Amino acid sequence: MKRSKFMELGVGLFMLAGFLGLVFLGLRVSGLSLEAPTGVFHLEANFANTGGLKPRSRVTMAGVTVGRVESIELDPEWYDARVMLSIDSGLEGKLPEDTTAAILTSGLLGEQYISLSVGGAPEMLSDGDRLRDTQSALVLEELIQQFISNAIED
Amino acid sequence: MIAWIARLGRATLNGVEALGMAGIFLFQSALGFPNREGLRLWLRQMHFVGVMSLAIVLVSGLFIGMVLALQGYTILVDFGAEDALGQMVALSLLRELAPVVAALLFAGRAGSALTAEIGLMKATEQLSSMEMIGVDPLRRVVAPRLWAGFVSLPLLTIGFSVVGVWGGLLVGVEWLGVFEGSYWGNMQASVSFIDDVGNGLVKSLVFALVVTWIAVFQGYALIPTSEGISRATTRTVVYSSLAVLGLDFILTAVMFGDFV
Repeated sequence: MKRSKFMELGVGLFMLAGFLGLVFLGLRVSGLSLEAPTGVFHLEANFANTGGLKPRSRVTMAGVTVGRVESIELDPEWYDARVMLSIDSGLEGKLPEDTTAAILTSGLLGEQYISLSVGGAPEMLSDGDRLRDTQSALVLEELIQQFISNAIED
Repeated sequence: MIAWIARLGRATLNGVEALGMAGIFLFQSALGFPNREGLRLWLRQMHFVGVMSLAIVLVSGLFIGMVLALQGYTILVDFGAEDALGQMVALSLLRELAPVVAALLFAGRAGSALTAEIGLMKATEQLSSMEMIGVDPLRRVVAPRLWAGFVSLPLLTIGFSVVGVWGGLLVGVEWLGVFEGSYWGNMQASVSFIDDVGNGLVKSLVFALVVTWIAVFQGYALIPTSEGISRATTRTVVYSSLAVLGLDFILTAVMFGDFV
């Protein structure tokens, strides 16, 4: 009887440890948050070139993550990329209309992300609006090409 | 020539028959779980198959996480990208190493023991005596072991990942001096709970089913002599390892191969 209680305790601890491990993997390793997901609002931005930007890439402001890239698709009207951003609803109505979006790279080999910087317009952006002023991803090949053609001209 | 073709046909038929038998066997045993007595037997097997495998799995996980961090650091530091260490350690563990290595260890530690135990029961005619007194050995002996393996391997895999990530932290952050914030931050930015943790768990569920199925079936179907037991135990480890590694490639191609 004693042995069986001991065994039950062991198995119970084992199961518990497994579930705690799963919680750890969720919260700490994959960065899920326990708080109820804060609402988001959507913004659109068209880029001439998105480079290596992917869905789920970060959207930052002053280096702080404020949202994620929802989807990237080709806009057949202008042949550029239409990027849907979902931004924390705390910022809804607080971003001026002339906010600019730029695709930047974190570090030399890091992933690409979108950085927002605010302008000074009195009107504010709301759900579904489009960012007019965007800056495409830097593509290394284009840069090198430009550099070479400049060097030849000189 | 005709004899050769006939032999080929016989081998095919034997293979299909064995597969069918193993399938029926799995189905019948899996049904034998839900009653109260079954729960008690299952608990006992969970202790043997799961809890007792914890030590070897966790220690291996720790060392594999440490080695990953060490190897990854020496490569990443050449590109000045040692901040990506956490991401590399976590993704390699969650997607590949934890499910596969835990399953291989499980096949060696628990699978072979299951085969030998059931095989010895068969050789000493305990299984046929059970049938004589009207107890179904599939329900009494095989089902609890099957379910114990099926539940405990995913839990062991989770433990493997957790300890591995911690081992990576130990080497990468404490020893080699990667900034702790970027270790966790890069990891959290790149690991997706559904795609990485979830798919890793699906993998380990598949492996758990395959490994325990092979183990109990080899034990149940072996030739009841001492040589038969030793052969069946070897076959359990060999077949499970091959099945795990082969299935792993297929599962990886299905889960993570959609970037073409």
